[in-house]
Amino acid sequence: MSENYLSHSHGIRSWLLTLDHKRIGILYLISILTAFFLGGVFAMLIRTELLTPKATIMGADTYNKMFTLHGAVMIFLFIIPGIPAALGNFILPIMLGAKDVAFPRLNLASWYLYVVGALFSLLSIVTGGVDTGWTFYTPYSTITSTSVISLTTGAFILGFSSIFTGINFIVTIHKLRPRWMGWFDMPLFLWASYATAIIQVLATPVLGITLLLLIAERALGVGIFNPALGGDPVLYQHFFWFYSHPAVYIMILPAMGIMSEVFAVFSHRHIFGYKFIAYSSIAIATISFLVWGHHMFTSGQSGVANAIFSFLTFLVAIPSAIKVFNWLSTMYKGSITFETPMLYALSFLFLFGIGGLTGLFLGSLATDVHLHDTYFIVAHFHYVMFGGTLIAFLAGLHYWWPKMTGRMYSEKWGRVGALLIFIGFNITFFTQFIMGSKGMPRRYYNYLEKYQGYHEASTIGSYILAVGFVVVAIYLVQSLVNGRPAPANPWGGNTLEWKCASPPPHDNFAQTPDTPSDPYDMSRLVYDPAVGGYVEKANA
Amino acid sequence: MTTQENRAGNHGHDPYLAHHFETHEQQFESGKLGMWLFLATEVLLFGGLFCAYAVYRSNHPEIFIYAHQFLDKQLGGLNTLVLIFSSLTMAWAVRAAQLGERRKLITLLSITLACGFIFLGVKAVEYEHKWKHGLLWGKYYQSQTHDAHGAQGAQSPAGEASPQPAAPAPDIAPASPGVAAPGSERSLLPSAAEEPRGLAVPSEKIDTHGFGTVVPKNVQIFFSVYFVMTGLHGLHVIAGMVVIGIMLVGAIRGRFGPRFFLPVDNAGLYWHLVDLIWIYLFPLLYLIH
Repeated sequence: MSENYLSHSHGIRSWLLTLDHKRIGILYLISILTAFFLGGVFAMLIRTELLTPKATIMGADTYNKMFTLHGAVMIFLFIIPGIPAALGNFILPIMLGAKDVAFPRLNLASWYLYVVGALFSLLSIVTGGVDTGWTFYTPYSTITSTSVISLTTGAFILGFSSIFTGINFIVTIHKLRPRWMGWFDMPLFLWASYATAIIQVLATPVLGITLLLLIAERALGVGIFNPALGGDPVLYQHFFWFYSHPAVYIMILPAMGIMSEVFAVFSHRHIFGYKFIAYSSIAIATISFLVWGHHMFTSGQSGVANAIFSFLTFLVAIPSAIKVFNWLSTMYKGSITFETPMLYALSFLFLFGIGGLTGLFLGSLATDVHLHDTYFIVAHFHYVMFGGTLIAFLAGLHYWWPKMTGRMYSEKWGRVGALLIFIGFNITFFTQFIMGSKGMPRRYYNYLEKYQGYHEASTIGSYILAVGFVVVAIYLVQSLVNGRPAPANPWGGNTLEWKCASPPPHDNFAQTPDTPSDPYDMSRLVYDPAVGGYVEKANA
Repeated sequence: MTTQENRAGNHGHDPYLAHHFETHEQQFESGKLGMWLFLATEVLLFGGLFCAYAVYRSNHPEIFIYAHQFLDKQLGGLNTLVLIFSSLTMAWAVRAAQLGERRKLITLLSITLACGFIFLGVKAVEYEHKWKHGLLWGKYYQSQTHDAHGAQGAQSPAGEASPQPAAPAPDIAPASPGVAAPGSERSLLPSAAEEPRGLAVPSEKIDTHGFGTVVPKNVQIFFSVYFVMTGLHGLHVIAGMVVIGIMLVGAIRGRFGPRFFLPVDNAGLYWHLVDLIWIYLFPLLYLIH
């Protein structure tokens, strides 16, 4: 095998001091998967505790810490950096035909900030955990005796890591495109990453100042959010959601970008409605800044504000639906093949569809008053974030795995894993929609006997999910050991990353790719059994 | 400045061009765009504080009118002049770097750095004055029995006792942290200083003429806002001075010239932003009436 980015240099220093976006992507991937494992363990403990209405395996205080840490770890350490920093770092410059991101040192710095932020979060776990919920609502977060400061400091630092990734992506997309690649010649994953980066840059600093004020509140008694000192705790909620609502689009937009690639490639058909998908990413990013108030319908906002936020929330459904309909149209009359990434993409379509539509229930003022703070919210959130982002992350991970590692995973076990996760997910979370609509409140440690059946089903579903993830972990690791070497283009995609070797050489491309090409024109590619992948027709 | 080098075609050996850029122009523009994006994040970081300022100012104008009298307009004004002057020298320094005038660059960067020290010195004098009089944030605030206009009236900060050793406020009930006033056994949360209003209730019309003689409630909120805003700004001044210091070392070593001045340019942009934020802080905190 010729020289590639993995064999370019050796030793731990060559990884820890690397400026290569591909290696930084791999460092990020290992880090976020570790965080995902940790968050998953917390989730399993929570579900096990909820198996019975009374104490099962832990006390009430421990339970409060568990759900806080599950939320904080999954959100700040896994799902926000997940697709952009791990997969995006690896793929984005290659898709542009560039040698690296615009600021390689800043890129490495962002990974180190991630590690420092993660260490602060770990510190809060070993010094007794936090029991405020991942939202750190005041005034409770200012008076609880748990380690709020270290966890919020961690989240603050992770925010800077996210900002640096965002700045890097915006500048890279603006300035490092090849001359022939106009904005509408870019793969849609890049449009999605660009929209994500805008939100990362514009929303994250507001979280930064919010957490700083919370830290100042606890450490110095500043009192800006403390009603006893004349402060306003609802202001905290405004600040927090001004970031954290756009943040859910930091999570979902890159997932939608992956979907656009996967649907086109595995339908072996040109993407339908390119410009609509591209613009809808920007539309979602724009509207995302205007809907934070829908988290606060019951916090004493004025009726006028509630009505406006409700209306704007409904608006988000339009660009989201535009994407879904365009993916469906892409599949229409395509020659669909059902490799693992496509199975995840189809799961995404179902789960994100349910998650998105239940969002409308919550965006309606009257129903929200009933459903607020129930398991309905928990189910909605997991359908969008887990059923949407995490499933898309898995699709992307399998889609680009051959490119990143140079190995093919076991397609048979890949399908088994995807199926287990789909079934387990629905059993876990669909039951939560039902019990939520029947009034089961979220975050409760004990509950009424009548909800026990739902909780049992949900917990069993979560065990199936866990088995699914173990299967995925096993065959992916196994593929590293003795997987079939991957061809340059195993799936038949026409974006630039499939034109360099698997795994890519250190500089990605010897020469900047200078022939203009449509990223979704797959008509010139044919499958070559000798290579085990797709090649250009002229060469076949 | 770039076309010449582009044609030279010796990218691999050009120490000023990173390997992943094709031209100096591309590298320069990337660096500039990245810096502007970073400045946007800084504006939004302060944006949260300006937002908090706007909320409290519109809900409680009387607090701001009363409390701003304790700020020293002369010192604040002096600091404003110092920063504006330093922006001039910084902009001039960028020009000197572009023209490759090394001695001039060193002089101008030194003056800018000195202005930063003057600013911090004046700020320290102001802070010390506040500290002596207990004009501090949140729970450390001590009510002023004699305000700037000699008005009488002790106003206790609600809630907790001040841990200052020399607290001259006998009317504050000592309370252990985290425990509310006696009687409210239902919740661990301290009771509010006033009933909930949310952000939605418009503040009632208040006659602003009486301000300055009557001591309003919750004056500590103004000082919280004041210290958080000027404190965070102060940290940014220090960060800017560190960056300028690094540029100064680079200038002494002769790193900058017409071929390579982007770091000085970006440092200048950062310094101007720090300056600009102060230009908003000064009237919003010192000059209101």
